[in-house]
Amino acid sequence: MRGVLKNVALTAGFGGVLALCISLATAQSPPSERKSGFEFMSPESQATQQDDFSNPGMLWVAEGEAVWNAKAGVLGRSCAECHGDASVSMKGVAARYPVYFAESGRPIDLQSRINVCRKTNQNATPFPLEGRDLLALSSFIGKQSRGMPITTGEDNRLEPFRARGQELYEQRQGQLNFSCANCHDDNWGRRLASSMIPQSHPTGYPLYRLEWQGMGSLQRRLRNCMTGVRAEPYPYGSQEYVELELFLMTRAKGMPLETPAVRP
Amino acid sequence: MAGALVLLAVLLPSQARAQDVRPYEIVGDAIPVPLTAAKGDPVRGRAIVVDRQRGLCLLCHTGPFPEQRFQGNLAPDLKGVGIRLSEGQLRLKIVDSRRLNPATIMPPYYAMDGLVRVGRNWQDKPVLSAEQVEDVVAFLTTLTETP
Ligand code: HEC
Ligand code: HEC
Repeated sequence: MRGVLKNVALTAGFGGVLALCISLATAQSPPSERKSGFEFMSPESQATQQDDFSNPGMLWVAEGEAVWNAKAGVLGRSCAECHGDASVSMKGVAARYPVYFAESGRPIDLQSRINVCRKTNQNATPFPLEGRDLLALSSFIGKQSRGMPITTGEDNRLEPFRARGQELYEQRQGQLNFSCANCHDDNWGRRLASSMIPQSHPTGYPLYRLEWQGMGSLQRRLRNCMTGVRAEPYPYGSQEYVELELFLMTRAKGMPLETPAVRP
Repeated sequence: MAGALVLLAVLLPSQARAQDVRPYEIVGDAIPVPLTAAKGDPVRGRAIVVDRQRGLCLLCHTGPFPEQRFQGNLAPDLKGVGIRLSEGQLRLKIVDSRRLNPATIMPPYYAMDGLVRVGRNWQDKPVLSAEQVEDVVAFLTTLTETP
């Protein structure tokens, strides 16, 4: 396997899938050598992600293309009418989100940005967060940046929000009293029961998770981690998630975007 | 609250929670006196330790539980822990590991102070009851095989 991976430690069934997990020999701490969640997966799951014909996320991408071209709202306008060919106009977009949104004076994530267009340029009702249409459309837009390096965080106005995201990441929370960093910086590569703890780089969202049997956003993933430590998750669309995403994306700067990724 | 080497502390939980966390006394690195009058039951204790929803121990620990798949490796092997630690030391470890090591990732099982954003379903109760803590401690003292 890759040279950096020290040894193949165990074979573990996970969510009905046989997974060959990889354990890293030494102790850990802020990821100097960054690894995508992809590298912690079984060869089978990796192959599923890489083959467009078996990657279930491609269904959402195809649906998203249909939504992109569909007329909507009182004006009967599609995304395509304004933005043209997505492979040109949307190339690199997902790789730089969240961005600073001057109108609100805050960072905005891709899904909320799509809904801004939906409201102001299409005069249509915004898509419900985590609904099928919005996941499909953001998968389709994300796919236009697949393989491109993440560039999030270049705008200086984002800095206080990134710093706030880092604070949330380092804050212990929940009845079990864990911070994100306790697992993802200090213990990545170790096993929490059957799950290999990854470094938490948000390189593949929205992604298809075998455990979900469906597509989900980064916010859904973060809610899972929060309920895992018995903390009260924030509601979908909360500013805290955008700040966490901003922190995680700037931490992953330079890593290639994988949307639509597959995870166990 | 703390002397230099010998820490002697009496935890006085806030009133709202008084019925959930009883006061106990830390002497050195141990809680020598059991939390309940009734003795803990090692058989019930084992069941709690291997239970992924109640004890959660095997999320992080491995131990002498041959029938259990997928034991974690974030924490020391529990094998032989009954030799390494006294009953009172085991009790404090379970009750509130933070008192021994503020940086520990081991959850405080019988404490409610200093926690942030505890989920709605988990508020105002410790992870384990006093009886469950005693059962777990009773079980851990039986882990006397040498590693
Ligand atoms: C107790 C351990 C633990 C804590 C605390 C925790 N996580 Fe996770 N996290 C995991 C595990 C394990 C996975 C992988 C899940 C799987 O594959 O089943 C994961 C997955 C992730 C992923 C997905 C990575 C990918 O490749 O898609 C992200 C992002 C993430 N966590 C972020 C966070 C953030 C942010 C927090 C704090 C709000 C947090 N986690 C808290 C254990 C934890
Ligand atoms: C989230 C991780 C985690 C969970 C869950 C957990 N522990 Fe621990 N435990 C640790 C770590 C890490 C240590 C190492 C010392 C320290 O940091 O406190 C430890 C240390 C111990 C020790 C001392 C071991 C020795 O050799 O000195 C005992 C005993 C123990 N744990 C028992 C338990 C029991 C019983 C449970 C469940 C009721 C449990 N732990 C749940 C992480 C955990």
